[in-house]
Amino acid sequence: MTVSRSRIADPALVAIAVLLSLYGIAMVYSAGQTDVPTQVAHAYKQQIIWFCLGMSVAYAVSRASVRFLDWATTPAYALSCFLLFLLLFIGAGAGTAASTKSWLAIGGVRLGQPSELAKIAVVLILAKILAARRQAPKSLIDLWQPALAVFVPWVLIMRQPDLGTGIVFVGIFFAMLFWAGASWQLLVLVASPVVSLILAFSTGLWGAWFLVLIALVLWYRPYLVEGVVVVLANVVTGVVAPILWDTLNPYQQKRLLVFLDPSADPRASGYHVIQSQVAIGSGGWIGKGFTLGSQKRLAFLPAQHTDFIFPVVGEELGFLGVTVALTLFLVLLLRSVRIAARSADPFPSMVAFGLASAWFVHVLVNVGMTLNLMPITGIPLPFFSYGGSFMLSCWITVGILVRISGEGRGKADMLVI
Amino acid sequence: MSFQPNEVQRRARLASALLFLAFVFLVGSFFRTQVLQHAQYVLQSEENRLREVPLPAPRGVIYDRKGLIIAENLPGYSVSLLAPGVDSLRAALTRLSGTISLSTEQVNQAVRRFRRAPNRPAVIFPDASFEVVSVLEEHRVEFPGLIIQSSPKRFYPDGPAMAAFIGYTGEVNENELASPAFRGYKAGQQVGKDGIEKQYESRLRGREGTRFVEVDARGRVVREAGARQDLLPEAAPPLYTNIDLDLQKYVVELFGDSLIGGVVALEPKSGEVLALHSAPTFDPNRFIGGIPADYWRALNEDPRRPLYNKAIKGTYAPGSTWKLATAVLAMQDGLLTLDDRMPVACTGGYQYGNRRFKCWDKKGHGSATLAQAIEGSCDVYFYQLGLKIGLTRLVAGGIDLGARQRTGIDLPSETRPLFPTAPATDYYNRLFGPRGWSNAVSLNLSIGQGENSQTVVNMARFYTALATNGEAAQPEIVRGGSKRIRLFELDDAQMAGVRKALAGVVQRGTAAASQIQGVMLAGKTGTAQNSQDTKRDHAWFVGFAPANDAKIVVAVMLEFGGHGTRAARIASKIIEHYLKVQTTQVLNTEGE
Repeated sequence: MTVSRSRIADPALVAIAVLLSLYGIAMVYSAGQTDVPTQVAHAYKQQIIWFCLGMSVAYAVSRASVRFLDWATTPAYALSCFLLFLLLFIGAGAGTAASTKSWLAIGGVRLGQPSELAKIAVVLILAKILAARRQAPKSLIDLWQPALAVFVPWVLIMRQPDLGTGIVFVGIFFAMLFWAGASWQLLVLVASPVVSLILAFSTGLWGAWFLVLIALVLWYRPYLVEGVVVVLANVVTGVVAPILWDTLNPYQQKRLLVFLDPSADPRASGYHVIQSQVAIGSGGWIGKGFTLGSQKRLAFLPAQHTDFIFPVVGEELGFLGVTVALTLFLVLLLRSVRIAARSADPFPSMVAFGLASAWFVHVLVNVGMTLNLMPITGIPLPFFSYGGSFMLSCWITVGILVRISGEGRGKADMLVI
Repeated sequence: MSFQPNEVQRRARLASALLFLAFVFLVGSFFRTQVLQHAQYVLQSEENRLREVPLPAPRGVIYDRKGLIIAENLPGYSVSLLAPGVDSLRAALTRLSGTISLSTEQVNQAVRRFRRAPNRPAVIFPDASFEVVSVLEEHRVEFPGLIIQSSPKRFYPDGPAMAAFIGYTGEVNENELASPAFRGYKAGQQVGKDGIEKQYESRLRGREGTRFVEVDARGRVVREAGARQDLLPEAAPPLYTNIDLDLQKYVVELFGDSLIGGVVALEPKSGEVLALHSAPTFDPNRFIGGIPADYWRALNEDPRRPLYNKAIKGTYAPGSTWKLATAVLAMQDGLLTLDDRMPVACTGGYQYGNRRFKCWDKKGHGSATLAQAIEGSCDVYFYQLGLKIGLTRLVAGGIDLGARQRTGIDLPSETRPLFPTAPATDYYNRLFGPRGWSNAVSLNLSIGQGENSQTVVNMARFYTALATNGEAAQPEIVRGGSKRIRLFELDDAQMAGVRKALAGVVQRGTAAASQIQGVMLAGKTGTAQNSQDTKRDHAWFVGFAPANDAKIVVAVMLEFGGHGTRAARIASKIIEHYLKVQTTQVLNTEGE
């Protein structure tokens, strides 16, 4: 193979990403076709511009070597944290995230959502930390560095508050620990306080979980201190859960309650979930036809061009359209995992898997919430949801993956540089 | 990181497997929602998107016996608003009041209608004027939920002449909606409220249609037509009545605005109601779509009680018209013939026990036969006849003649006449206490006074039996299978004798002033005392013509009308009008 023949290292990955983007732009266009016209009618034009821009940036990124990424990791992470910190004071709400301070705006011009940059930065820093070790993390003490690296931006994002992105961070953290070789028992121990937090609302369940946890501790035999810390952490989270619940915003509480039972509040909080399910369910096998979805057309769908764009797919293109979209995502993710597995070095391998896991959490949570399989958290669908920063970050991800794929094992001869 | 190639491959396989599982889980969930639960969600999505706008069906046209229109539908418009909630309805009404004048009452009424049926458009103007409609059409774009549609309006061309039996239509109310008789009705629909309109509601209502309009999530109408195929309304078939519109109008004209009372005219063999009137009358057209408050108040405050139906609802002592019942009972029981006399001749009164019962004619009638007593309406004769029949038989026989029965006329709210129950002694013991009464009650009963209070329609029904063969016809306004019920059994000679005596009433007797040229009129006057005003009696006349082959039976009752002769004059005019008109028409038919 010659260098000139393949200017793109992983054409399959790029092709899938292009297909997803085009599919997404078509849906953003359709989302704008409502009976009472709104600004959304023009959103698709901007989305096309972002798509083109995203591909250019991706190309540029794919020209940068993994070593450059390695070098850029620390500054990128520091910049992300700084911007997130800055947002707490000057952050602006906009669009579907109106109640949060997730937007960086200067002079009223919205520049973007730094949390998108932060996701990539966190993946990079975690990859750097975990790849630096020779061995898989075995004990909780081994995890203090990666945990802290995620914790700082996570806290800043939760202060915005942006529950959805916070969930993505948690997902990235666990996925990358897994890819670094941490045992499942260790992951369970790490996750155990969160489980306690959730189960604390039922004393019986919490008690049962506690027995399981102690059994696990005895079996896995971490250091004594660690064991004590884990158990204590569970006790503490279990106790503070109700207090923590009270500190949640009422809208966040409602979203969680509605997740358990949408009909509890069908006119207000449960409304989005119900209307989303009605849209999807009424689509049937092949849907009501492109741009013809009545739920969307008549504005029954909330945020139909951003967070709830997938119901438009379900309503207008039916089960067929949904399956095609999900299959594209599956192939994209499988391809990314393959890139991670074939990477010659630990760092790019960790990066690739981390980025893939971020996408995975986005797809799972976003698509899941449209069917009430997940609570409603404002989390966009990669390549579909309207939004500049997100489209850019998705394509930067593609660029990085392409680069890693190019530098991957057995493909050194295909390098473009 | 542990970077053994084998371990990495293992983890990659695990991750891929997890990915695949998640994919299967999601696809499975979508399959369940989109394919398995498809029908349910389609329904919900249609419910979301479509609002039903009712298309009222024209009510059945009502005709008289000759095909003249009694009730029809005029083109009208209704204006309503589709709103997603009370707040937005109020907001829209407020905005609307900037364009057209809307009273607070109209706003509140629209809100009430909306609360009753939130999924139907809330009616603001059930009967909008052309001005309002044209103004609103001009500003239609500003009010997306506004629905202007044709809505047929009930109209009675001769409204005041029909008031006694036609009834009126109005919006179905909550009590009606709650009753099982109105199953299938929806709030806002028009229903018959009284009279024929109510009695034949199921035949007159037709089938409401539906237009589907498309609304968005905020309830704004985005598409008015074509969202789904309209279901067209179906008009009800016409309803043919036995009413003779010409006669009915003549009767109403006769009564004018000065007389108070009730009239029923029947065809004696079939029971067909030719005319039915209660005076003074009112205009049922003004009742359509809500009775104006001032009109309602005026009708209720009128001492002549226009809303009280004097033909089928009011009961009055029948007075001397009841003497025929007494006579028929005695003849049927074989106690006497039309030529028999009573032991005591009439000297203007009759001594019974320590009390003297007066005859209406102070001069007295002398010794009279039954036929002469009927002609002269001699009270003394009938006092003795009542005693001869005996109280028990007088009451039981009266009940057999239908004195305690509704006629079964096809109108709602006919009153049951008042009459003692059998056995008579038990009845009077209950009424006055065991020692509180004497046999003297027989005297009163025999001349149609006392515990006897009849509706005008029931007296007309009784006289259909006298005019024919002793069978009474059930009065019917709408054509159907009328029933005849035997009231009494007299042979032909006896029947002829009774009719001759009744003809004598008009030729020589109490109604001698009411003869009709060329027609033998038979009938009986009555002058009934009443407890409301002892000085002014109710005047009765019930009669038929021609005497030997009756074509029409007329019962006239004038409240506080004085002597029965006044009622007789009116009845004779009604009969004269009917028979002459009829004769002329028959001639015309033959000429063709």
